[in-house]
Amino acid sequence: MSDWLAAWGRFVLEWLSQLGRASLFLLQMLRALSFLFSRPGLLIKQLHAIGVLSLPIILVSGLFVGMVLGLQGYSNLVDFGATSSLGTVVALSLIRELGPVLTALLYAGRAGSALTAEIGLMRATEQIASMQMMAVDPFIRVLAPRFLAGFIAMPLLTGIFTAVGILGGYLVAVVQLGVDGGSFWGQMQAKVQLFADISNGVFIKSAAFGLVANWIALFQGYQAAPTSEGVSLATTRTVVDTSLAVLGLDFLLTALMFGVW
Amino acid sequence: MSVITTRPGAAPLHDDSLVTVRHLSFSRGEHRIFRDVDLSIPRGKVTAIMGPSGTGKTTLLHLIGGQIRPDAGRIEVDGICVNELGRKDLYQLRKRMGVLFQSGALFTDLSVFDNVAFPLREHTRLSESMIRTLVLMKLEAVGLRGARALMPSQLSGGMSRRVALARAIALDPMMILYDEPFAGQDPISMSVLVQLIRTLNDALGLTSIIVSHDVKETATIADYLYLISDGQVVDHGTPEELSHSTSPWVDQFIHALPDGPMSFHYAAPPYEADLLTGTSP
Repeated sequence: MSDWLAAWGRFVLEWLSQLGRASLFLLQMLRALSFLFSRPGLLIKQLHAIGVLSLPIILVSGLFVGMVLGLQGYSNLVDFGATSSLGTVVALSLIRELGPVLTALLYAGRAGSALTAEIGLMRATEQIASMQMMAVDPFIRVLAPRFLAGFIAMPLLTGIFTAVGILGGYLVAVVQLGVDGGSFWGQMQAKVQLFADISNGVFIKSAAFGLVANWIALFQGYQAAPTSEGVSLATTRTVVDTSLAVLGLDFLLTALMFGVW
Repeated sequence: MSVITTRPGAAPLHDDSLVTVRHLSFSRGEHRIFRDVDLSIPRGKVTAIMGPSGTGKTTLLHLIGGQIRPDAGRIEVDGICVNELGRKDLYQLRKRMGVLFQSGALFTDLSVFDNVAFPLREHTRLSESMIRTLVLMKLEAVGLRGARALMPSQLSGGMSRRVALARAIALDPMMILYDEPFAGQDPISMSVLVQLIRTLNDALGLTSIIVSHDVKETATIADYLYLISDGQVVDHGTPEELSHSTSPWVDQFIHALPDGPMSFHYAAPPYEADLLTGTSP
């Protein structure tokens, strides 16, 4: 019993210490954001690497998710003669939940893991140490530009995912299954609200997910053991931790934004 | 080179030292790496710190560069105590130091040219045409002006180290720290690096500190040698003085003898007891 308690104690202490290190790491990154005024080029380069290069997976996934929503929605609503509401179902599902959450999960798999591996390997190959020995702060030169680029890219990718998803739903529902196009867009326009749905879902949720996903990815890379096993473990942790954090955070944010209690 | 001995058994204090280490102690966990170490690095010379693998030679470079802080003692570079500096002042001091890492540590997403230009772009406001001229001069000094467009993945190990050397001298530092510059090099690359280190030191008026266990190559270019083992300086002097040393440490290291004061075996319980009674790995 005492061994079990001691093991739990060690686990909690280690977890708290890790949380403390991660918080200090985030503060250092936020402090380094001043780079933006002197080196905007660093941000643009990372926006391309993190945001633009993530577009293919976001576009393809968004299209298929929207098409599946259109099919599933139609097969259920048709029994009640409510297919005119299909546009609303597709749009609200994507804007409130699927857009931000799936974009964040895809981002963790594509860009988050790449960030962790890149930073971890930079440490393992002494590139970060050599930068420090050249009196160049890696938080300013390497970490903060990636963090800010990821934070900006996430809401944009979410918006694109959602828009393409709605287009996919339209293609299946209206073009393929013959739902009336006027009802599809008209119902959507009437039910989807700019602040309550789009601002909360696409912008606020995805900004929160962007902060968490990039924070985890960069922290895991920065503290990865300088071995192939260490980098591999850190990359795995990034995907797992980000996925769990995004899903947990999504519940909290949904409860705050759309909850009835 | 005149030398002043500070206390019995202590390493000498050269009359014009760039780096002075006094009463240095450093541990990693339970493992004590340095115990009350004294040494000084003469300005304008090539000084080698030698010893078997795992004796803390690279750790000593990290301590001099301020990457880690000692448990006790003082490390002064050009009269400035490195281990008491804040981050900003440490970075100011590092602009006057160059480091050649064992792996080269080139930035893999930048070309050879951009790697050498990196410190110039970060720390100066020079025009691109001026940076181009300086980078080509540094690359010419290491014989790789023609390789400027290559990426690090296209370079051999020896070439990588020469590019890293060009990058290390880009800001015309007062001192360069070399971490095992000859490790894993073929004889030709090694010979090129040996000559390059000596030539650059004399031509640019640098102070060079080489950490190495390659006795022959290092002794040919070093003006002064320190031999460290078991957390202490076991001997020091010019290559000529050490070649006549009667110290068993020097004898074992210089002649690569398996037995001597430096034990072949890592500290362990008695062999018999370990075989007969032990159960865990």
